[in-house]
Amino acid sequence: MKESNNGPLISIKDLKKYYNGDEIKALDDISTDIYPGEVVAIIGPSGSGKSTLLRSLNLLERPTAGTITFEGEDITSPKTDINKLRQKMGMVFQHFNLFPHLTILDNMTLAPRKLLGMSKEDAEAKALELLDKVALKDRANAYPSQLSGGQKQRIAIVRALCMSPDVLLFDEPTSALDPEMVGEVLDVMKDLAKDGMTMAVVTHEMGFAREVASRVIFMESGKIVIEGSPDEIFNDPDNERLKTFLAKVL
Amino acid sequence: MPYLCLAIPAWLQKLRDEFYLNFIDDDRYQYILKGLLVTLEVTFFAVILGILLGIIVAIIRSTHDKLIGDMRPGAGKAVLRILNAIANVYLTIIRGTPVVVQLMIAYFIIFATSNNKVLVAVIAFGFNSGAYVAEIVRSGIMSIDNGQFEAGRSLGFNYVQTMIYIIIPQAFKNILPALANEFIVLIKETSVSGYVGLQDMTKGGDIIRSRTYSAFMPLIAVALIYLVIVMFFSKLVSILERRLRTSERK
Ligand SMILES: Nc1ncnc2c1ncn2[C@@H]1O[C@H](COP(=O)(O)OP(=O)(O)OP(=O)(O)O)[C@@H](O)[C@H]1O
Ligand SMILES: [Mg+2]
Repeated sequence: MKESNNGPLISIKDLKKYYNGDEIKALDDISTDIYPGEVVAIIGPSGSGKSTLLRSLNLLERPTAGTITFEGEDITSPKTDINKLRQKMGMVFQHFNLFPHLTILDNMTLAPRKLLGMSKEDAEAKALELLDKVALKDRANAYPSQLSGGQKQRIAIVRALCMSPDVLLFDEPTSALDPEMVGEVLDVMKDLAKDGMTMAVVTHEMGFAREVASRVIFMESGKIVIEGSPDEIFNDPDNERLKTFLAKVL
Repeated sequence: MPYLCLAIPAWLQKLRDEFYLNFIDDDRYQYILKGLLVTLEVTFFAVILGILLGIIVAIIRSTHDKLIGDMRPGAGKAVLRILNAIANVYLTIIRGTPVVVQLMIAYFIIFATSNNKVLVAVIAFGFNSGAYVAEIVRSGIMSIDNGQFEAGRSLGFNYVQTMIYIIIPQAFKNILPALANEFIVLIKETSVSGYVGLQDMTKGGDIIRSRTYSAFMPLIAVALIYLVIVMFFSKLVSILERRLRTSERK
């Protein structure tokens, strides 16, 4: 991490994302900072703009207005090398998006080899080490279709980690999983948080947000309604809209 | 055994004489044999050229459709627009005119100074096939889940790298039977090569007919050989399809 001098890793200012002209305001003036080592949970009702916010951070969505500063650089500027930027921001999707035509090991080593110029040996050594951490070393030569959902998502996480990113973005990483597999994925994420990984996690798992997040952002209609520590958010909040939301999901 | 010889019915005797006249006499079978080799040669290289062209055109078209909306104005956008326009003109012309006319234009106008008929035929049939392969490849690309694009891009691959390492290999597997089928289509289409004086198998049969003034034997022989080749490759395609389907399930 370049910015060790207590500054934010990601700084979001007046971020807007409109669709159909300005008919749909998916993001309506969002400002917040994400500091190194933070685990930020983003919660809110369906359609509130959580995914759009997360996907704006690595420019999978192009903001309509506003700035995002990452490691001191304004990434919304046309001069930014988007591909270099994305190498430092890992992303984990709801539907895993593993590459079905490649083995687990190749899924993990493709990007480090082609983009970071790592040798096959080095990339595989690193991949195997990470696979060991998520207890899937023995599946290195399997194909994604041979794995369970929970296993796939653990692979998706370590695939992102192979690029040694400075931040990991998760968009509902457990929503597509059978209930009995949610735990194994959340455990991996907890370990990452303990190791000091900076993470932004869109989630419906309030338990995870409460237990692991250092900060919780509650969104509604493209705006941040309220943000604070898990304690402030979950223990007797006085914001009416947050209360209504929590009453529904808890 | 004179008794047995006499027992041969007249029609069989006639058939034998015809066979001798059309194929054995003057080594006339050579017209068909050499023609078959030309047919296979032209088809083989035209298919390869067609697949290469088809992939390029398909990538241009799907890149244009996918990216043009998000692109900032500039040189890249202009180039993509121009490439897409060229691709569209190519597709319109090739699919809007008969292949035999294209072949004659290639031979008598575009490559009027060349007397390498095989090469001109390969180019003409290759360009023709490319227009149809492009649509096959495009549908193959579009059948790949968008999450695969996003996963590739989020790792830091640029658009072309994502195509080459992630999308095309998966699309290719889906369209392999359709591409093999293109070989079957083309082997029949090359039968118009005689229009530019190229001695393919059809022309070979026709030459025999014009020498012997007997049409039945040479033309039926030519038809049978096409039929056997087409049936052979159709069988291969269906085996391929079955193989691919079972490998999906594993
Ligand atoms: N490509 C698009 N075109 C038009 N509208 C869009 C597009 N993508 C998102 N939206 C709209 O933007 C708003 C925010 O969507 P977003 O996907 O960010 O919500 P979300 O909070 O992630 O919801 P969920 O919990 O259902 O995933 C929604 O109203 C959605 O319909
Ligand atoms: Mg979402």
